[in-house]
Amino acid sequence: MQTFDLEAQGLRDLNTTLQAQSKETNQTKWEIVNAKGSHAIAVGLDAPIEVNVMGSTGYYCAGMNKQATVRVHGSAGPGVAENMMSGTVIIEGDASQYAGATAHGGTLVIKGNASSRCGISMKGIDIIVHGNIGHMSAFMAQSGNMVVCGDAGDALGDSLYEARLFVRGSVKSLGADCIEKEMRPEHIEILKDLLERGECDAKPEEFKRYGSARKLYNFNIDNAY
Amino acid sequence: MKDDHQGAPRTVPIQSATFSNPTNAEIRRAAATGIYDIRGGGSKRKVPHFDDLLFLGASISRYPLEGYREKCDTKVVLGTRFAKKPIELDIPVTIAGMSFGALSGPAKEALGRGATLAGTSTTTGDGGMTEEERGHSNKLVYQLLPSRYGMNPDDLRRCDAIEVVVGQGAKPGGGGMLLGQKISDRVAEMRNLPKGIDQRSACRHPDWTGPDDLEIKILELREITNWEKPIYVKVGGTRPYYDTTLAVKAGADVVVLDGMQGGTAATQDVFIEHVGMPILACIREAVRALEDQGLHREVQLIVSGGIRGGADTAKALAMGADAVAIGTAALIALGDNDPRWESEYNALGTTAGAYDDWHEGRDPAGITTQDSELMKRFDPVAGGRHLNNYLKVMTLEAQTIARACGKNHLHNLEPEDLCALTMEAAAMAKIPLAGTDWYPGKPGTGF
Repeated sequence: MQTFDLEAQGLRDLNTTLQAQSKETNQTKWEIVNAKGSHAIAVGLDAPIEVNVMGSTGYYCAGMNKQATVRVHGSAGPGVAENMMSGTVIIEGDASQYAGATAHGGTLVIKGNASSRCGISMKGIDIIVHGNIGHMSAFMAQSGNMVVCGDAGDALGDSLYEARLFVRGSVKSLGADCIEKEMRPEHIEILKDLLERGECDAKPEEFKRYGSARKLYNFNIDNAY
Repeated sequence: MKDDHQGAPRTVPIQSATFSNPTNAEIRRAAATGIYDIRGGGSKRKVPHFDDLLFLGASISRYPLEGYREKCDTKVVLGTRFAKKPIELDIPVTIAGMSFGALSGPAKEALGRGATLAGTSTTTGDGGMTEEERGHSNKLVYQLLPSRYGMNPDDLRRCDAIEVVVGQGAKPGGGGMLLGQKISDRVAEMRNLPKGIDQRSACRHPDWTGPDDLEIKILELREITNWEKPIYVKVGGTRPYYDTTLAVKAGADVVVLDGMQGGTAATQDVFIEHVGMPILACIREAVRALEDQGLHREVQLIVSGGIRGGADTAKALAMGADAVAIGTAALIALGDNDPRWESEYNALGTTAGAYDDWHEGRDPAGITTQDSELMKRFDPVAGGRHLNNYLKVMTLEAQTIARACGKNHLHNLEPEDLCALTMEAAAMAKIPLAGTDWYPGKPGTGF
C-alpha cells in the first residue's frame, strides 16, 4: 500500500504520480490521506490500480477515470466520476450534484444519497445509488443503467434516450418523454447484476423501470412544449 | 368600358419594406407548416460589420513599410498564461470548430490539410475527434461541449489545446440539433446514440453551473492533461465585457468571442437572426475587460463571426484581437455553395450562395453531409489546397494593410489605424467617425 499525503505533497504531484501508473505497475494500492475536500483528486487515471481516498472530496474526484477503482471513504463533491470511461468509483457517503455526468462506461456506486443531476447525459455508465437522488437526474441520459434504491426527485429522466432507470422508491415527477415501463425478466437479471456490483442487498423485484417513450426522437411540431 | 386613365401615368406598385417578399414567403410557409424554419449558416441580415471601418494608411505623420519587401510578421502564440505548451501559429487565422456529423470526414480532413499547410490550427466540434482531422491537422483544438459527444480523456491528451465551448455567435444560449437523416452508423457510434434519431446538443454544460464551477472544471482539465494544453473558453457575443471577465477569472488562457454572423450547422432561423450582437460591437468591450484585469495580450483573444478576408482580419487585430477564426468562409473555400453545382442547388429549391439546409444532409458539394455518394464528390486533397490558398491570401492582404500603416507585425495594428464610416459602426467599435476624433459614447464628450 502506497500512502500519499495530499496536504503535504499537493494535487499536482498526486495526479502526476497516479497518472504515471501503467498496467504493469506493482504499486497497485494507494491511500490518499488529508483529502480535505480538495478538487480534482485522482482525475484522468488509466491503470488498473486501487485508490482509497480517506475523507471527503471536492469537485470532480475520479473525473474521466479509466480502469482504476477509486473508493472515497467519505462524501464526494460535485461531478464525481464525470465522463468516466471504465473502472469503478465507490462513494461510501453521499455525492453532490452531477455525479457520473456524461460518463461513457464503468460503474459508479454511491452508498448514501446523490444530489440533483445524477447521471446527467450519461452515455453508458452504470450508476447504483443506495439512497435517494435529486431533481433532474438522468437528464438527456443516452445509455447505461441507473439504479436508485431510495426515491427520485423531480423531472427524472427528462428528454431521455436509451438509458434504463430503475427506482425502488417514489418518483416525485417524470421529465419529458420519460415513462414507466414493464419490468421483464431480462431487466430483473440486469438489475440483479447491478445490485451485486453495487454492493447492495436490495431485491430486484422491488424496483420499477423507467425509460424513453421515444416521442422526442425526431423533430416534430407535436413534440414542442 | 372606357379606361379614363388610358395613356396617363400610373402609380408604381411599391413593395412594403416591412412586408417584403421574403417576409411574406416566410409567413406563408409558417402558415402552411406550423413549424419554424431550421437552417444552417449564419445571420443573413446586414448588420454593422468590418466593412464599416477603414484603415488610415500612413503619409507624413506615420511612416509606411514597403509593401512587397519589408518584413511584417504574422506569428501568434496562444496560451501563454498558464499552459506549459502554448500553441504557436504562423498566421493569426484559425479554423473554428465544426462538428463531424455536420461535416463529412473528408471535409474534416481537408480542413486539417489546409490549416497544416498554412501553419495554423483546426478545431474539432460537437461530435468528437476524427482520425481524419487529427491525422492531418498539425495543431488541433479539441472542444469540450455541453453535449460531450465523443468526449474522452485519450483525445483530450492528444490534442494541442482544449476549447471549453460555452456559447457560439449564431445561437448564444441555445443548443443544437443534428437531424436524424445525418446520423450514419459512424456518427451514431461516436455519439452513443441510436442511428437515425435526432441528436440534441444541450444549451448548457451538464456538470457545472456558473463561473466558479467553470474555474474548477478548468482545473480538472489541466490536471488530466498535465497543465500542458492551453485552455480556450468560447462565448457567444452578447455580453462581451462580463463574459470575458468571467472567462478570465475562471482561468482561461484564451478567450474565443463569436459574433452573431458566426455560422452553425442547424438551428432556428429566428435564433440566428435575432439573438446575439455583431462581432464589431463585441471586440472592444472584450479588450476592455482584458485591459481592466491587466491581461490584454497575456490572455489571448480570438474573434470570429463573419470573418471573410485580410481586411476583416487586420481590422479585428487592430481592435485588439490576437487572432481570428473562420468557419463559413473555410467551407466556401473548400467548395461549398459553389456555382458549379447550381442545377442541383436549384433542384433543392435554392441557389448556389444561398444554400443553408446543411442539416438535411443533401449538400451537393459533399461537404456538409454524411451521404457516401455525395461525399465522393469532394476531394480532401484539393479542398485542403484551396483552403491553404485562401488562408495565404487572407494573410497577404492583412500584411499589405499593416505595412501601409507602418507596422512590422500584424499585432502592432491599433485602433488609431482605423476610422469609421457610419455613426453606428463608430459607436459599436469605439472607433472615431472618419474625419473626426469622436465616436458616440466617447468619455468626456457629453454624448
